Amino acid sequence: MARFLVKRIVHGLAVLWVVITLTFILLRITPGGPFDRERRLPPEVMANIEAKYHLDEPWLKQYGRYLRGILEGDLGPSYKYLDRNVSDIIADTFPTSALLGILALSFALIFSLPVGLCAAATRNRWADRGCVFLATLGISLPNFILGAVLIWFFSLKLGWFQAGRWGQLSSVVLPMITLGAASFAYLSYLLRSALLETLSEDFIRTARAKGLREINVLFKHALRNSFIPVLTVLGPLFAALVTGSFVVEYVFAIPGMGRFFITAVADRDYPLIMGVTLVYTTVLVCANLLVDLLYSLVDPRIKTH
Amino acid sequence: MRMAQRFSARWQGNPLLLGSLAFILIVTLGALLAPLLSPYAPGGFDEKRILENPGWDHWLGTDELGRDLLTRILYGARVSMVVGFGTALIALLIGTIYGSISGYAGGALDNLLMRIVDIFYGLPDLLIFILLSLLLGRNIAGILIALALVTWVRFARITRGQVLQAKELIYVDGAKAIGASHVRIILRHILPNILAPILVTLTFSVPAAILAESTLSFIGLGINDPYSAWGTSWGTLAQDGWRAMRTYPHIIFFPALAIFLTILAFNFLGNGLRDILDPKAR
Repeated sequence: MARFLVKRIVHGLAVLWVVITLTFILLRITPGGPFDRERRLPPEVMANIEAKYHLDEPWLKQYGRYLRGILEGDLGPSYKYLDRNVSDIIADTFPTSALLGILALSFALIFSLPVGLCAAATRNRWADRGCVFLATLGISLPNFILGAVLIWFFSLKLGWFQAGRWGQLSSVVLPMITLGAASFAYLSYLLRSALLETLSEDFIRTARAKGLREINVLFKHALRNSFIPVLTVLGPLFAALVTGSFVVEYVFAIPGMGRFFITAVADRDYPLIMGVTLVYTTVLVCANLLVDLLYSLVDPRIKTH
Repeated sequence: MRMAQRFSARWQGNPLLLGSLAFILIVTLGALLAPLLSPYAPGGFDEKRILENPGWDHWLGTDELGRDLLTRILYGARVSMVVGFGTALIALLIGTIYGSISGYAGGALDNLLMRIVDIFYGLPDLLIFILLSLLLGRNIAGILIALALVTWVRFARITRGQVLQAKELIYVDGAKAIGASHVRIILRHILPNILAPILVTLTFSVPAAILAESTLSFIGLGINDPYSAWGTSWGTLAQDGWRAMRTYPHIIFFPALAIFLTILAFNFLGNGLRDILDPKAR
């Protein structure tokens, strides 16, 4: 177990390093700089700015400086927000994004369970088809469109929820649904397929043959064995939620990290872009590690080495 | 062509598949024939007829500059279709070659190549895409390449898995025994037999690319080329409508509907194809 853990952590760190390095190179070879304006700045001013941010140094030295900064928890200054550095901005905005992501994932997990169960277990052709139809619908609906529709209907027409004004309970509901909808659809579909497969296995027939109530067969025997495929996609799904939050935070004017990422890209605020990318990658690496550990909890047959 | 026979035998029982195919055809034709179908120019301002509701002259209404919305959607379909099909085809090319080499070679090379794919696969598509589009520029070609560089890993994975299985089959041994070259074995003996899953992946890649492009255009990081003769992305149209949604909801409604229905049609098509080509998968 310990060896497995160490191996996964080393692998995660390698991924992080590759991403940092690639992003660093990418942003250096990108044409156009953060301080390009409509009117050219005088060369002396430009030189001073570059000296302040160490942009006049060779790349390798900048790279070394950046890596050292990461180890010390310093992600550098923001080019755009002069009074705050990148670490501050991330510390301010990350909790909001994380909360939204966790809420959306919980929403998707909780609601996909009954839908998947209903489709697979009732042995009703229409329930099953309905589930597949719903899943396709959910995957096809871009979250910016769903967000717009929800705001238009619930906020503008009915006045139930407030759009914007992040912080009140009522303003959290619509973004949560918007962000979680596609995952909900996908998870329902996945759970249905996994359940259909498990339900055709021998041990289910045995369980039924020995006279277990159907509800026990479903919950004790079938469901637990159908969680593996769901777990497998939780990593990528988390990635989808993370990037989905760029859009959802934009649509609902939520002061999270995703919205800062979008403006950072538009402003070419390189340290902020790198910082946010780094945080996302770290979150993903941790999520994947957690999923790996959960495997052995759900299915002890999977050995962790 | 056993595939074609199977296809024609099955499509009759699947109205969703047929409807989707018809819809995709309509959108494609609309994109191709936009100048013939519409009496208006996509950038044709008309200051006397701004923000009109759907009516006889302007079927879907006009925007804040008096431009005909239907015309803009027709021209916008060009962007979506080129991005969708273009991305899928480039990704197919890169991914199948990469995956074939990885699966066929096996061993350490396979291990290394798949590690690279794993890194790409784990990162959020939209994140890589945004970073790449910074470098490649926010025009159609740049967006296309950036999207393809994100999408190819799907093809690489699926091709590698299939090649791994196929290369153990007896007819591949036979081909080796009579001295066929590796390239010939891959192209003539392995690839034709693993076409079905690749085709399904291709079908699902088109809507994924359309979704990504329209999303990026909506948040203002997509194609940024106001003078393009191509037309404006549906995502940008939706963004225009988003700002006026409170008072003129029709301006966002129709582009959004176009995006949704097109993606939906491709996904239904993918589902249908998968059912036909791979009846075991559910």
